[in-house]
Formats: sequence, structure tokens, C-alpha cells
Amino acid sequence: MLLLLLAFVGVFAQATVELPRRWLGAQFSVLPAVVVCAAVSADITTVTLVAVVGGLWLDALSANPLGVSMLPLFLVGFLLNRWQDLVLREIAYAQSVLGLLATVGVTLMKLVLLLTLGEHPLLGWGVLWQLLVVGAGGAVLTPLACRFVEALTGLFAYLPEPSSAFRTDREIKRGRT
Amino acid sequence: MLNRPHHVAWTVVVLLTVVLLNLPERAAGHAKFAISTLFLPLFGLVGSGQTLVEQGGATLATRRSLLQELDRLRRENQQLQLQALQGAAALRENDRLRQLLGWRTQTRWHTQAARVIARDPENWWRMVLIDRGSRDGLRPNLPVFTPDGLIGRVTDVGFSTAQVVFVGDPKCRVAVVVRETGEQGVITAPSAGVLDHRLVDLTHLPRNSALKPGQTVFTSGLGGVFPAGLPVGSVVDSRTVGYGLSTEARVNLFADTSRLAELLVLLP
Repeated sequence: MLLLLLAFVGVFAQATVELPRRWLGAQFSVLPAVVVCAAVSADITTVTLVAVVGGLWLDALSANPLGVSMLPLFLVGFLLNRWQDLVLREIAYAQSVLGLLATVGVTLMKLVLLLTLGEHPLLGWGVLWQLLVVGAGGAVLTPLACRFVEALTGLFAYLPEPSSAFRTDREIKRGRT
Repeated sequence: MLNRPHHVAWTVVVLLTVVLLNLPERAAGHAKFAISTLFLPLFGLVGSGQTLVEQGGATLATRRSLLQELDRLRRENQQLQLQALQGAAALRENDRLRQLLGWRTQTRWHTQAARVIARDPENWWRMVLIDRGSRDGLRPNLPVFTPDGLIGRVTDVGFSTAQVVFVGDPKCRVAVVVRETGEQGVITAPSAGVLDHRLVDLTHLPRNSALKPGQTVFTSGLGGVFPAGLPVGSVVDSRTVGYGLSTEARVNLFADTSRLAELLVLLP
């Protein structure tokens, strides 16, 4: 639920916050970062939900054909989720690298899908710069998103029970039995 | 090995993708607007916030600066009234002459002001969402402009929002004429320079074109979407293409779409 909320706010921010576009010439991509967070910390159902719903939200606000973002997001999430035990998922720099690769991968896959569908997105040498900005954005946003989700989960979840040295089989019973 | 949840996830995603990508254009458009209504409360919140900030800024303005602004606006108003009078006289004369020649009288332009509420989240489209829709009389293919010049056209219309594609997007081609030479061409998406939002290509020009930097480009009225006479931009440079068979030019748009907050939709 928290991941979905983050995806919703992320897509909205992508459509309304104009500073990266004005200063760097490209908009950051938030969804791949959220999908990475979901993939390294949740099960495949959550990853699928974030990819499908997030992709639909993004395409609804974009000139993309509806449904074009789902498959790339899911593919990245699926691969990471499948090998989540092999990645250093709790370390910030590992999350950064995953975010960078995921963002660039999702962007490239979307472009390939669009070209396959016969669309004509604006392409040129400037796209390389845009990929660089989007990748750097993903590298920064992914650890932040993961920390944010962890913090919010900590707020809403029950606190773990503190471990105790008490054992019932070693209890000293006093008095008459 | 993939287990059952993995199979289910793959099936769901692939099926959904195939179904959605094969939806008819109209149905996909409706679905998009239905989904994007989820964001309307947030758009409303942001709009209210902006209005509050603007009002807050207005209350902080000094009396002296307000008086100066008032004085400037009064003078500007007088000049504009004079221009409006001259324009009205010219229009009356134009109508009379058209009547004498038996030509059809030109319809007057009606405009609808709109505010940009969102931009395309992807980097490869030039599209915005505006806060006017079918309830305000908007329909697809209406021209959109600012006082600086042409911006683009309305593509999809929802009940309270509409999508506008800018000149320079692959989905918005404009038939134009170069005022100084009378040559006609088509404004298309830039073949290079994706990062500069004001630079577009002017194609389909004749081989022996006499274009020079600084010449102005207006809509020609061909194609039926954009009325003739809307300013578009100025020529930056030109080059021959297709082994010397035709000429292409780069045009700098008059209107800066990257910093756009409000725009005007031309109603029939």
C-alpha cells in the first residue's frame, strides 16, 4: 500500500515538478525507483501491482499508448525480485546502482516498445544526455525511496518483540507446589 | 524454477499489456482520462496552493509599486484601445469589401483561456494537460496559442481536462508560409536538438528556396486545422537535403513552451 502511494505521488510529481526539466533538460523517472524498492523488499504480487498500476497512472498522464510502461517495469521488478537474495539490498550504494540500471533499462525498453508499435517519439543525440540525467536521478531516488518506505513501514507496523533471556524450562519455581 | 505466483504475474502483465495496446484509439483515450481523474484532487490542491502564493505575493507588494504598475497599465490600455478601434475599422472595411466581391465573411475568433496543470512525464513527447474540457466547449484539433504565437493543438478531450500537443511534437504538423518569400512548407518535429524546445524543422520547401535567417513564419491555413495568419516563429538557418532536391530550415518558435503556465484555445 505504501509503495503504491509512493508510486502515485511519484507519477504526480513527475508531471508537475518542472525544475529538473528546466535546469537539466530532462525529467527524472520515479517509478523504476519504486519498483526496485518493491522488488528487493516485497513479494512478486506487490511488484506486479506496483508495475501494473504505476504504469497505468504514468501512461494516463502521458502521450504514451496506454499500457506501454507496464511490461518494462514488471520485467525489471521480476528480475530483481527473483534474485533479491543475491543483491546487497540493504546497502545504499547497491540500491543506487540498482536504481541507475533499472531506470536506464526501463527507459530503453519503453523506447524500443514505442518504436515497435510504430510511434515516433522525439529522438536525437540529446536523448543520451536525457538518459544520463534519468539514470543519475534513478541512482539518487532509489535509496531515498527505500529509506522512506522503511521509515513509513516502521511507523505503521507493530514493533518487533524484544528478545528475552527468559526460558520457561529454566524457571526457578519457589514455594510449595 | 518459476513457481505459481510468478506464472500468474507474467500472465496478468502480458495479457493486460496486449489488451490495452490493442484497444481502439477512442476507448484508450477514454480509459486514460478515467484513470487521470484520480489525480484531479492533487491538481486542485496544487492550483489552490499557487493561487494562495500569488495572493500572498500581491498583499506584500508596496503601494508605490502598485501605483507604478497602475500607471503603466493605464497607458498600455489607452494604446490598446486605440489599436482596437483601428482594428475594428479595418475589420468593418474588410467585411464590406468581401461583401462587394461576394466572398464569404470571415468568422471571428473566440478564445478560451486555460491553465497548464501537468506536463507529459516522459521526455520524448511535448504534451501538456490543461484544466478545460468538453464542458467548456473544447473538442479535438482546436488550435492553441499564446500572445507570442502558435503553441499546438488539442488532441484528446475529457470532461474537465484536455491534452494539448505542442508544435514540434511528432503528432502536431503545421502548414506554414514564410511571409517574406511566400514559400509554403510544413513544420515538423526537430530531427536534432531534442533538448531545445523552441527549435523545430520546416520541411517540404522548394529546391531553390530563398530563405534567410530572421524571416517570419505564419500558419498558411492549409490543412484546415489552423487558421491562416497565426505567427509561428522565425527562420534560423536552411540547408538543401535529398541530394539537392528540396530545402529544409530550422525555425525558432516565438512561444516558449517550456515555461508555459497559461494558454488560449481558439474556439470555432
